Amino acid sequence: MDNPTQEIKPLVEPATAENAPLLIPKLVMSDVAHGSPDSPEPARSSEPSVVRKFLNEKSSGKLADGTFGALMLVCALSLFFIVGLIVYVLVMNSRPSLHAFGFKFFTHSVWDPVSGEFGALPFIWGTLVSSLVALVLAVPLALCTAIFLLEICPQPLRAPISFLTEFLAAIPSVVYGLWGVFVLVPFMRDTAGPFLEKTLGWTGLFVEPNFGVGMFTASVILAIMIFPVISSISRDVMRAVPVSQKEAVLALGATRWEMLRMGVLRNARIGIVGAVILGLGRALGETMAVTMVIGNHPDISKNLFAPGYTLASVIANEFTEATGDLYLSSLIEIGLALFLVTIVVNAIARLLVWAVTRGQSQRHA
Amino acid sequence: MKFNLYAAALLASVLATGASIQAQNLTGAGATFPNPIYSRWFSEYAQEHPGVHINYQSVGSGAGIQQVSKKVVDFGASDAILTDQQLKDSQVKLTLIPTVLGAVVPVYNVPGVGSDLKFSGDVIADIYLGKITNWNDGRIKADNPGVNFPDKRILPVYRAEGSGTNFIFTDYLSKVNPEFKTRVGAAASVHWPLGIGAKGNEGVAGMIRNTPGSFGYVELIYAVQNKMSYGDVKNAAGKYVKASTDSVSAAAAASAKVIPSDYRISITNATGAGSYPISSFTWLLIPNPSPDSAKGKVLHDFLVWMLEKGQSEAAGMTYAPLPKNVADKVRATINTVK
Repeated sequence: MDNPTQEIKPLVEPATAENAPLLIPKLVMSDVAHGSPDSPEPARSSEPSVVRKFLNEKSSGKLADGTFGALMLVCALSLFFIVGLIVYVLVMNSRPSLHAFGFKFFTHSVWDPVSGEFGALPFIWGTLVSSLVALVLAVPLALCTAIFLLEICPQPLRAPISFLTEFLAAIPSVVYGLWGVFVLVPFMRDTAGPFLEKTLGWTGLFVEPNFGVGMFTASVILAIMIFPVISSISRDVMRAVPVSQKEAVLALGATRWEMLRMGVLRNARIGIVGAVILGLGRALGETMAVTMVIGNHPDISKNLFAPGYTLASVIANEFTEATGDLYLSSLIEIGLALFLVTIVVNAIARLLVWAVTRGQSQRHA
Repeated sequence: MKFNLYAAALLASVLATGASIQAQNLTGAGATFPNPIYSRWFSEYAQEHPGVHINYQSVGSGAGIQQVSKKVVDFGASDAILTDQQLKDSQVKLTLIPTVLGAVVPVYNVPGVGSDLKFSGDVIADIYLGKITNWNDGRIKADNPGVNFPDKRILPVYRAEGSGTNFIFTDYLSKVNPEFKTRVGAAASVHWPLGIGAKGNEGVAGMIRNTPGSFGYVELIYAVQNKMSYGDVKNAAGKYVKASTDSVSAAAAASAKVIPSDYRISITNATGAGSYPISSFTWLLIPNPSPDSAKGKVLHDFLVWMLEKGQSEAAGMTYAPLPKNVADKVRATINTVK
């Protein structure tokens, strides 16, 4: 008559929270009573397990399930609330400057608190350029480290390298900043700077004067800071590629590089892009270390040796001493700009992923 | 039981000494520059006057002005001169009390040149305007006869974050150089035409130490405590003066006659042969009358103490004390605080 799944059904059928513990044994008993005598061990298949019985005695599974579900829903939905609140506060507090400058705030390049002229373009430029250059430096390094650790690294080296990678992530950003000021800045000025100027000066990206502080130094610091994030996550993603995939590629006669390219990187690329986006997020918002080495001068220059300024840095530097509604609200609007830049950059990255993977079969890492 | 007895005894003794020792907690906020001496004053005052506790948060002049205006704190502190608009916007009537003086000194890193360079204000302004770009410029040489300057590009370094130091420095440069006044102006944060911004006195000092050819400015107290060498600056009388608590107090003394009753005066570029030209008062912003008369009384008593005892500690901490003729004026103002 009944197949086993139907017999167990009453256990998961909705029941009111109060009568659930009583109801379940009753149903179970009725099942037992109607069990066909011909079927082998019918009572056993419908009787709740020892564990289930124990749980029923302890508490109401229905109540707990419902509460748990609701709690998780509230936690997840609170994200909408938090983001909404942030946007609301930013917009409300930047009303005076939104009103005074309108959209020109984002395209105007003069920031002059004395005359009350505020434009965010140099800061948006500084944030984007420093983060993108940091990505250009960090992504190849991080990916190579991840691949090396996963596929090539001799066993004894594996633990120290991955420990050091994760250790880099734990260093506070002010320490990076101090190291930047005392070690990286002189190095960039005296050693790396002249070399870059000689070899890559023709691009117009590395032109004297180079005082060691500036956009490029900030990008190098950022690259070191986002390296562990990208490396660790992409390593985990690549590790999740099934061994059978790799073995299959090798079995078809592929070399190790071909196996990595087709079997691993190709399958893991969505996860790798995710890792890069996470790193980019950190780079866009990083404040302390960047402020200490970027030079804090709101200029738009192609020259990476020139000083720059980021959105996060100008807020950190000027907020405490800002007086007057327009000035304060402009700084808050800078916060709004940073928020928008992050959203736009993330959206572009997602679009990129979508464009690359469109029309191809979904192969998950 | 024993504890209760003890508590009762304590309560009795408190009641016996009268209502004057009612616990008073005051909160102030504002300028970071005078924070070391304010902290010391407040803790010493609390020790001498049990029951009074003054908590000071060095959140910056701008935030201090805002918070005292909106009655968030009981008093404020500022390195910058309050504007008419700021006084008008305040929800309480504010009385400004000058407490000590500070100064800003030029620091530099020029390879092969001794530590005693001299600068006129005009030259400093033109360095920050980008009109003097090399250390062997004739005008720097004219200020320092006999010094052999290298052919080295100048890197101007400024304080990136808004600060009273910036205000004093740009206020001075605006006075001595008309072009600086129109192109940059005087404020806690300005639009610097060129150069590199470093964070805090320590950031500027670190950048100067690390970068050959750099020129910057830090607070006198920072330079002295860290044993940095700094340059002399030419004052309004045409003399090159080295900053010290004496020369800074001299600038205040020389300006005493022209100090208005609300003390809103910039004493940069002060007259007098011994005056250091990049000097400034720092002020406490006292709500007067205070919304809470008990707190007003505590503030009044503290200010009297500050003039009598506090001033003598200033010089030891490299803050210039108020000169006598200014202190006399301030005493009269303090008597109006209630």
